[in-house]
Amino acid sequence: MNRFTRGLAVAVGVALAATLVAALLELPAAAVYLPGAVAQHLAQSGVEHPVTAVLLNFRGWDTLLEVAVLLLALLTLLTLRGSEAPVAEVEAEPLLQGLARKALPLIILMAGYLFWAGAYRPGGAFQAGAVLAAGAVLLHLAGLLPAWAVPGRLLRLGLILGFLVFLAVAAGLLGQGALLQYPPALAGNLILLIEAGLTLSLGLVLAGLFLFVTGRQA
Amino acid sequence: MSTGLLYALSGVGLFMLGAVGVIVLAHLMRKVLAFNVMGSGAFLVLVGLAQRTGQPDPVPQAMVLTGIVVAVAATALALGLARALHARTGGVTLTQGEDGD
Repeated sequence: MNRFTRGLAVAVGVALAATLVAALLELPAAAVYLPGAVAQHLAQSGVEHPVTAVLLNFRGWDTLLEVAVLLLALLTLLTLRGSEAPVAEVEAEPLLQGLARKALPLIILMAGYLFWAGAYRPGGAFQAGAVLAAGAVLLHLAGLLPAWAVPGRLLRLGLILGFLVFLAVAAGLLGQGALLQYPPALAGNLILLIEAGLTLSLGLVLAGLFLFVTGRQA
Repeated sequence: MSTGLLYALSGVGLFMLGAVGVIVLAHLMRKVLAFNVMGSGAFLVLVGLAQRTGQPDPVPQAMVLTGIVVAVAATALALGLARALHARTGGVTLTQGEDGD
């Protein structure tokens, strides 16, 4: 890429930013007051935290598809395996291994707390799953957990469990008239069930995005 | 000017930086990183703009949370594709007009 095209790209970028800034400054107030609508229906959502209520109740459909997208990305990565050069093995560092061993129980405790806290304060399945996955990656980098080969039956089940639970709840509630419309009396328990499955599966999927890729190819 | 609007304007800046980076940078990993900067800018615009009246809005926050997770998956996929390209061609940039396999 020569200097001219580079300069052109920068000029177009600056023009784009200027247009966007002008648009943002001109923007009228939103026609629908969404925080009000969420607060109004929060009591029927089964949870006390508005973001969790939006994620798993009011817009549960988005979250269901999001989990499907994650699985799709993981499946695509799995099909790509085999052609890459192997990643160099990490030297086992005693200090890092000791720290990782000490940190692991705290990581699991933290994930459990985040999962539970999602009902009434910031937290939830995605944060808990991300913490679990970070724990797995930490163990792998410390040389305590080998990279994952082709997933066996148990790991496959773990990877899709969250999605299957979510899908089963969605299918079971189709009789309500709208997709993922929980009966208010059951909403809290159903969300807890979905979040429990998602915490486990998201932890495995996010860890898999790293651990399936770094393995030595046979 | 409210704090929310300031966040949104910073988001525009990040988005622009990322967009120029995606076009200008040749190395695929840099492109992926620039794409992530773009995404972060878009998230900041969404969250910042929604709370420019001072009240945080849970709906865009949930959307951004969804977006962050999808962005992680997309980044992993993009890096996997870049590795596969490297394994096949030995290169880490997109070249034009050559007959690859």
